[in-house]
Amino acid sequence: MKFKTQKIAYWFFLSALMLFSLQIIYGFIMGFAHMGMDGLHDYIPFNTARATHTNLLVVWLILGFMGAAYYIIPEESQTELYSPKLAIIQLVAFLIVGVIAIGGFHFNWWEGRKFLEIPRPLDFLVVVDVLAFMFNILMTLFKGKRQTTTAMVLTMGLLFMALLYLPGMVWFDNHTLDSFYRWYVVHLWVEGVWELIMGGILAFLLIKITGVDREVIEKWLYVIVGLTFLSGILGTGHHFYYIGVPSYWLWIGGIFSALEPFAFLGMALFAINMYRKGEKKHPNKTALQWTLGAAVVSFFGAGVLGAAHTLPGVNLYTHGTLVTAMHGHMAFWGAYAMIVFAMIAYAMPNLTGRKHYDTNITRYAFWISNVGMIGMTTAFGAAGIAQVYMERIIGIEFMQTQVEIQSHFLVLVLSATVFSIGIGLYIYNFFQYGQPTDEALIKD
Amino acid sequence: MLTKSQAKLFFLAGTIIFSLIFLALSYDTTVNQLDEITHAENLSEEAIKGRIIWDENNCMGCHTLLGEGAYYAPELTKVVERRGAGYIKGALMSPTPWGEHTSGRKMVAYGFSEEEANSLVAFFTWIGEIETNGFPAKPAYEVEKIDTEVE
Repeated sequence: MKFKTQKIAYWFFLSALMLFSLQIIYGFIMGFAHMGMDGLHDYIPFNTARATHTNLLVVWLILGFMGAAYYIIPEESQTELYSPKLAIIQLVAFLIVGVIAIGGFHFNWWEGRKFLEIPRPLDFLVVVDVLAFMFNILMTLFKGKRQTTTAMVLTMGLLFMALLYLPGMVWFDNHTLDSFYRWYVVHLWVEGVWELIMGGILAFLLIKITGVDREVIEKWLYVIVGLTFLSGILGTGHHFYYIGVPSYWLWIGGIFSALEPFAFLGMALFAINMYRKGEKKHPNKTALQWTLGAAVVSFFGAGVLGAAHTLPGVNLYTHGTLVTAMHGHMAFWGAYAMIVFAMIAYAMPNLTGRKHYDTNITRYAFWISNVGMIGMTTAFGAAGIAQVYMERIIGIEFMQTQVEIQSHFLVLVLSATVFSIGIGLYIYNFFQYGQPTDEALIKD
Repeated sequence: MLTKSQAKLFFLAGTIIFSLIFLALSYDTTVNQLDEITHAENLSEEAIKGRIIWDENNCMGCHTLLGEGAYYAPELTKVVERRGAGYIKGALMSPTPWGEHTSGRKMVAYGFSEEEANSLVAFFTWIGEIETNGFPAKPAYEVEKIDTEVE
């Protein structure tokens, strides 16, 4: 690392990985419940497990993004972080709010709004916390020696993420209106500004790892985030199709959603081409593996599997079925979890000065987790397609269908076990590095 | 060949143009059309109370409504039409987990009061009348379960 304050990132990465582990545990609770094994029902009913699982995902990914920003922004701006103390306060506060929220879910304290279940009073604390984070990042950029495109795109993504949280905090009596603006948050995050964050992190990693000229990488970064917004903003329409809106959203959502995979294809081609162009001399092959992996798996999970059920004629039947879970798992894994993993894999040797990369453990962590995720996606896909044909086309009652597709959840739980082994290895590797130290500072 | 500043222009112009189109369409939807499509005039106090109960208990954590939510329990958009108010109230007011003795998949035993159950039914009734561009699609077939178990 080049600046002492980059060490802050470590604590964000550590917190992110711990919360991810907890997220997986709640995933298992749901997988077993789908198989009829719901022994925890009295303590952790399905809706609690579900809200905990998805909110932990959001929280740990945001912590990962914040950690990435605390590592990247000082290095790009060539200055120490504006306030490391504020960063630590902001991390601890974020974790406390997160723990209260998750705890609250176990005592029926929440809002039943998919992905935004955190109760309203805590929403305000989240906003204050994210503002403190943004203040720290912006002040660092401001006092920095240079403002790079990579840093600007990453910061823009983070800033829009904070602003877009607000439409989700307004109360509407009309359920459709509430849902409409809820997607302003959820869709424009994951299929909009989070892709800016992903693009920013990806560009930073490619610049560092491939050695390709910054100007070339940043030029393509603009093209890719341009494609993302070109398709993704109006692509929000695919969430509106059937919630009580004018029918023009069917074709607007359909056309622009069909374009969304091209942004991800662009991202994948961009990463692969930069790797090909590059010198291939960087020793941290683990970071490279996760970087290219994120670009490719996100194209498949978010791009291809999203497109598979996004057209209105198909979505009429798949909307609200396990087909969505199929797409959701691989999309979040490829686009966001893997890019955070790439960032951690790149940062850890630099933060600690130890070189635990490119070992059997790191290779197994990558392949086992990805094979597990492919298995999970397949199991969700099989269950979802069976559900669509039985329930939506043949007209078999919901619960009868659920009993018939239970066996797919055995495959899901087995694949999730494989996935968890991969994640376990990754976390083991993370701890092999130990804590960051000033001895790892490199002077230019 | 594309230069970096052209790429930047593509990004900025594209983002601004499509954001403006999106905002304009959102305005048209929410201000001009939504009330009519959702029959907002029928949104009674009782239905709003039902919506609050729906929210406060995170029913979307298991069920889907307008296809949105989790995939553990039945879709409820047309539940009033499909099951009738009596059945729904039975599930909502039950002191023991609904489904325990039938499918085996349990619903949380909320044990709602009659008034609360009526509010939720009013909410579901309002939801059921929203014009949803054809969702949920009517199945192409009607099947009956044949019990093959031998006594």
